[in-house]
Amino acid sequence: MTRRCGDATYIAGMRPQDILLPTAAGLCCKPGGFHIDPVRPVERAVITHGHSDHARAGHGAVLATQETLDMMRLRYGENFAGSTQAIRYGEEIRLGDVRVRFHPAGHVLGSAQVAVTCQDTCIVASGDYKDAADPTCARFELVPCDVFITEATFGLPVFRHGDAADEVKKLLASVALFPERAHLVGAYSLGKAQRVIALLRQAGYDAPVYLHGAMETITHYYQSRGIALGELRPVKGVKKSALAGTITLAPPSATSDLWTRRFPDPVTAFASGWMRVRARARQRGVELPLVISDHADWDGLTSTIGATGAGEIWVTHGQEDALVHWCQSKGLKARPLDLVGYGDEEESETPIPDEAEA
Amino acid sequence: MNRFAELLDRLAYEPGRNNKLRLITGYFREVGDPDRGYALAALTGALSFKHAKPALIRDLIAARTDPVLFGLSYDYVGDLSETVALMWPKAALAAHNNPPPPSLTEVVTTLRTLGKTELPKQLERWLDELDETGRWALLKLVTGALRIGISARLAKTAAAALGDKDPHEVELIWPGLSPPYLDLFAWLEGRAEKPVNRDPAPFRPVMLAHAIEDTDFAALDPADYIAEWKWDGIRVQAVAGRDDRGHITARLYSRTGEDITGSFPDLVPSLHLPGAIDGELLILREGRVQSFNVLQQRLNRKVVSPKLIKEFPIHLRAYDLLGDDENDLRELPFAERRERLERFVGKLDDPRIDLSPTVPFTSWDALTAARADPASAGAGEDADAVEGVMLKRRDAPYLPGRPKGQWWKWKRDPHIIDAVLMYAQRGHGKRSSYYSDYTFGVWTERDGGDELVPVGKAYFGFTDEELLQIDRFVRRNTTEKFGPVRHVVHEGDKGLVLEVAFEGLQRSPRHKSGVAMRFPRISRLRWDKPPREADRLETLEKMLKAEAAEIDV
Repeated sequence: MTRRCGDATYIAGMRPQDILLPTAAGLCCKPGGFHIDPVRPVERAVITHGHSDHARAGHGAVLATQETLDMMRLRYGENFAGSTQAIRYGEEIRLGDVRVRFHPAGHVLGSAQVAVTCQDTCIVASGDYKDAADPTCARFELVPCDVFITEATFGLPVFRHGDAADEVKKLLASVALFPERAHLVGAYSLGKAQRVIALLRQAGYDAPVYLHGAMETITHYYQSRGIALGELRPVKGVKKSALAGTITLAPPSATSDLWTRRFPDPVTAFASGWMRVRARARQRGVELPLVISDHADWDGLTSTIGATGAGEIWVTHGQEDALVHWCQSKGLKARPLDLVGYGDEEESETPIPDEAEA
Repeated sequence: MNRFAELLDRLAYEPGRNNKLRLITGYFREVGDPDRGYALAALTGALSFKHAKPALIRDLIAARTDPVLFGLSYDYVGDLSETVALMWPKAALAAHNNPPPPSLTEVVTTLRTLGKTELPKQLERWLDELDETGRWALLKLVTGALRIGISARLAKTAAAALGDKDPHEVELIWPGLSPPYLDLFAWLEGRAEKPVNRDPAPFRPVMLAHAIEDTDFAALDPADYIAEWKWDGIRVQAVAGRDDRGHITARLYSRTGEDITGSFPDLVPSLHLPGAIDGELLILREGRVQSFNVLQQRLNRKVVSPKLIKEFPIHLRAYDLLGDDENDLRELPFAERRERLERFVGKLDDPRIDLSPTVPFTSWDALTAARADPASAGAGEDADAVEGVMLKRRDAPYLPGRPKGQWWKWKRDPHIIDAVLMYAQRGHGKRSSYYSDYTFGVWTERDGGDELVPVGKAYFGFTDEELLQIDRFVRRNTTEKFGPVRHVVHEGDKGLVLEVAFEGLQRSPRHKSGVAMRFPRISRLRWDKPPREADRLETLEKMLKAEAAEIDV
C-alpha cells in the first residue's frame, strides 16, 4: 500500500515538526510531499544511503545519489521503484514547498545527509554518518542548520573508535604471527568490507584478498566507481590449504557457521564499532575484534552536534537516552525521534539468503 | 604498558592453548628487559603490591564524568574496569607536553612503593597517558583481577619456548627466580649460564601415568609391575631441605609446580626431614580417608582458619621418594625407591604422613578382582576413596612428563547415566562452527507430570565423527535460538539420549536439579533409546545420599 504525505496546509512561522514529522512509514515531510528513508512503501521517497534498513524497495518515486540508486538496483532488481531521480552532492532541488539539498555523510559510498529547508528553517536529516576518514567514500560535510537529526548507534561515551588504520595493523600482525591459519574478517557487505580492503591496501598489504560470495557484487560495484581495492578473488572453490595466511572478507553471519570449515584453523575477526565492548565480542565468539565503524563514535557525535550550531537535536536509532541527556546538559533542546524499524542493520542475525552458503 | 595490554587483550579472546603460547612467546621475543620479566610475573601471579579497591576507581571516574552517562555506560558494559577504561576522558593537556605512556616496569615498581594516599593521583596520571586497552589492563592489574585464562604453567612454557627449552627446566629453577627474571631470559637467549636454583626445597617435575586400555595387558608381564591404589585426592610433592644456616624449609607443590604450602600450614611441621615425597593429599578423619568432595571443601579458601584445619585434617599418603637428604633418587629403579620411601616414612614417624600400601597380585585376573573390590583387597574402609589402581614398572626411573610404558593408571569404572540432550552451544576456536557444548537433563516429576531438569554440561568424550552427528542433529532439531545457544527438541519420544560418564556427584544449590557432576563427559550416543527411557533424578539422588553420609561425619 502506498502512503502519501498530506497536502501542505501550513501557516507562516512554522515549527520544525511541521516540516518533518516521524510517522509509522518514516520521517514525513508534509510541505515537500515526501518521506525520508521510509520503512513502508510510499509515493515519494528520499533515501540517504543504500543499507537495507534505509533503502527499501517498492516506493513510487525515489530521489537519491546515483550510487545509492545503483546499489538499490543491484540489491532489489531493476523494478525496485516506480521512477528514480539522481541528485549530486551540493545540488539543490525543489520539492513542493521545500528545498532539498544533499551533502556527503561519510558513511558509505553515495551516503548523504539531506538538508530540508522551508522558509527560513533548515533541518538536516543526517541518516547514518561518520566524521572519520574513509578511502571509499566522500568525507562527511558539516552542514549548519537549525535542527539536526542525528543517529545514536554508538551514543554512549564508551564508544570511541580510535584510528581504523591501527586496527588493520592489528589484523596484519596477526596474519604475520599465524601464517598457517586463515583470517576471516566479518564485515557488513556494503561499505565496511570495501573500507577494510582499502585500509589493508593503504597499510601496504598487496596479496589477493578473498571474498565470500555475498560480497562480490557490491565490491565489484565499488571498483566500477573507481575505488581501488587491488586484486580480489572469490573464495569459492579455493583449496583449504591454499587459504593459509590469507585474508577473507565475509558477512558477519557467515563467520561462525558451517561455511568456515573450508578454512585452515581460521582466526575469526569482526570489524565493527561493537567490538569496543568485550562482552559483545565474546558473545559472538570473535577472536580478533577490530574496532572499525562506519558510524560516528561518541566524540564524533557530540562534536558534530555542537558544530552544526543547531539549537534543537532529534536523536534516532541507537542509544538515544545518553545522547539526549548530553545535549540537554549542554543547553540544547533535544528529544528522541522514535522511528520503528531502524537501527537493526549491523546487529542482524538473519543472513540474507545468498549469504547462507555462498 | 600499552604493548602488554595488547597482549592481554589478545589472550583474552584466544581460545587455543598453542596459539596463546605463540602470542606470549612472541611478546617475550619482541619486548626487552625488564618489561617482559614483569609481564611474566603478572601472568604467573608473582607480582605483589597492595591492590586498589573498586571504590577508588569509582571515585576517580565520578570526578571526571557525568553520573547519568556513567550509569548508562556501566549498565551497558557490565564491567567496572572496562567501563572506566573506555569512557575515561583525558585531561586537557598541552599537546606538546604529553608524557609518554608508562612502561609496565614503571607501573609495577611504582605500585610496590606507593603510599595509599598517593595512589589515586598516580592512577589518574596513568589513565590520562594510556590508550583504551592500556587503561583496561592497568585497572585489571591494580585491582588484582587479571582473569584471562592463563595458568602460571602456560606462561612459563611460553618463556621456555623462547629458548627452545623444556618447560620442566624452567619449572626446576623457578623457585629460585624473582621478577624481572633477567637471569632467566639471559639463559633462554643463550647469553648466560642456566640460573642455579638455590631454593633449599625445589620442585621436581612430576612423572605421570598413561591410562591403560584392555588391549595393553597382553603385552605386559605382571611380574614386572608393582600395583598400588590410586587415591582420589590431590597429587602433590612435599619437599623439605636445609637452608644455608641449616634450618629446615618445607614446601608443598601441586603437580604443576605451583607452591600451595600456604593452603596447608598444618602439614608443614610434619615435613621435618630433608627429602622429597611424591604423594596424595587427603583428608583423614579418625584414620579414615574421606571422599574428594570433603577434600574439596578445604580447597581454594582465601583464609585457612583454625576451624577449617580442625574440621578438615590434612594428610599425606606417600607414593614415591625423589630425594633423600642430599641424594637425588630419581635415577634409581622404582622398586629401590619404594624401599627407601618405606624407611623414610618410618623415620619421619608422623601421624599425618603414611605409606600408600601396595596391592599384591600375581596375575592380571587377580588385579582385576582387586580393582573391582578394593575393600576386600586391602583398602578396607578407605575403599570409597580409591579411584582405581596404579601400575608402576619395578625398574622405572622417575622421569618427568608422561613417558610411555612406565606407569599406568587403571581407573575404576565411572558412573554412567542416560540423559537427554536439552541445549547445545557453539564451541570456541576450531569448534566455533560446531554445536559442541551440551546441556543434558534427566526426568523428574513436577506438578503432576514428568519433565526434564538439567543436571550437567559436557563438551568432550565424543569422537570427531560423533561430533558431526550431534551437530547435525542439533541443527535439524532446534526449537528455539538464544544467541549462541540452541534449544534442542527434548520430549518423551523426540530427542537424543546421551550416555554420560562422570566421576562423582555433589549437592549444589546453584543448579536447578540440586546436583553437580564431577568430570562429566559423553561416553556414547544412544540413538536407539527413546528419551522417555532416560534416567530419573531419583537415581542421582540415591547416589548423593551415599556420598553425603561421609560429609556429615
